[in-house]
Amino acid sequence: MFDNAYEALADARDDSRWAFGTSPGGIGMSPGQRRDDPLSGMDTSVPAGMDGADLSSYCLMLGDDALVLSHRLQEWITHAPELEDEVAIANIALDLLGQARLLLARAGKADGSDRSEDSYAFFRPENEFRNVRLAELPRGDFGRLVALLLVFSTWRLALLQRLCDSADPVLAAIAAKGVKEVTYHRDYAARWAVRLGDGTDYSHERMQAGLDDVWPYVGELFTPHEIETRVGVNPVGARAEFDDVLAQVCAAAHLSLPGVPARAGVSGRMGRDGVHTEAMGFLLAELQSVARAYPEATW
Amino acid sequence: MVSAWAVARTVTDPELPMLTLADLGVLREVSEQDGHVVVAITPTYTGCPAMDTMRDDLVHALHGAGYDDVEVRTVLRPAWTSDWITGEGRRKLADAGIAPPAAAPRRPTGPIPLTLGPPARRVPCPHCGAGATELVSEFGPTACRSLRRCRACDETFEHVKEI
Repeated sequence: MFDNAYEALADARDDSRWAFGTSPGGIGMSPGQRRDDPLSGMDTSVPAGMDGADLSSYCLMLGDDALVLSHRLQEWITHAPELEDEVAIANIALDLLGQARLLLARAGKADGSDRSEDSYAFFRPENEFRNVRLAELPRGDFGRLVALLLVFSTWRLALLQRLCDSADPVLAAIAAKGVKEVTYHRDYAARWAVRLGDGTDYSHERMQAGLDDVWPYVGELFTPHEIETRVGVNPVGARAEFDDVLAQVCAAAHLSLPGVPARAGVSGRMGRDGVHTEAMGFLLAELQSVARAYPEATW
Repeated sequence: MVSAWAVARTVTDPELPMLTLADLGVLREVSEQDGHVVVAITPTYTGCPAMDTMRDDLVHALHGAGYDDVEVRTVLRPAWTSDWITGEGRRKLADAGIAPPAAAPRRPTGPIPLTLGPPARRVPCPHCGAGATELVSEFGPTACRSLRRCRACDETFEHVKEI
């Protein structure tokens, strides 16, 4: 059929296979559709009685949590202790990136701005990111990763499960898919916490240190922002479930729940208000530098 | 002219090319009105990077069959479940050495229980048929597959996860 493999790859009928690109329209797209819109073809009208701007901000909160932690997890590629764990961490990062794409796209539809996921991810300054500070903490060692992932996914799973009943059908659909994924993330982290905590003296020490390290950022997860109470899930209602899961894991892993105080915000303002830790600026520099260097680039 | 559904149902999955999108339960609906074809597909996982490829493959196949006006829509609800993989799809997976999923877990109404030990799933080896297999990793080459090992023949194999 072909003289060589390159010709087969370059089969003219199939040029779209090379790269999908960011340019609007294209094959299989109706005039109003965009290639980079993961909600394409869905009804994205805002339900009656819900404020579009609030819904948009709330989607950014949940989307930024996923986007920023996904970026941190991607830093583990080539750094994980074993190949299987590298693949696991990459898969978790991909799930979170998928959730972030849908949520950022939902944000752009909800407030009527039609802002794209890329625009939110690459062209917002630090103080417009609404993720909790836990998601942005520097990579740390594997013990800390396990602790962070355990805390984050236990909290997120409890929120997503409650969001399956959201008055916004798009958010409810995103949450229902997320529940299935985050269940796997939480189990992964919990099993590693037990393996390390109930392992050697040294692995126990490192696992406990990881948990102690992330614990000051747990309080923020359960400090409701006014937008969360208006259009989302008030995280306070998920605290008992979170405490119960952490107690189960710590008992099996012989770990102690840290008694350290919560890290305060700046005049009470924290990640949800756009106030972040020093690490966030470096993270965004890496995430955004290429897009900002070539802001008009399409491919 | 072959119906739009008959064309769409032959399109294969980019990452599991032995299966069609219909076998996988990813192809949800094909409707046709006055020459305008609307195809609805749903992602297995939200981060599934193959959605764009699926969309293009569907459009190419339908164009090739004479349907010029084709639109592909994403649906998220109800969320994809491995239970939607057809009997034919399960047979093709097993033939390719990939263990098909068992029934997906029923979601309880209360909090989702934590699974601290390796999940108690009986996944027979697709190579030798032995029942004693163990989990190597819940996360395999793609989001939808885990990695297992057979205690009898020692082969590792992939298993489509239950979700």
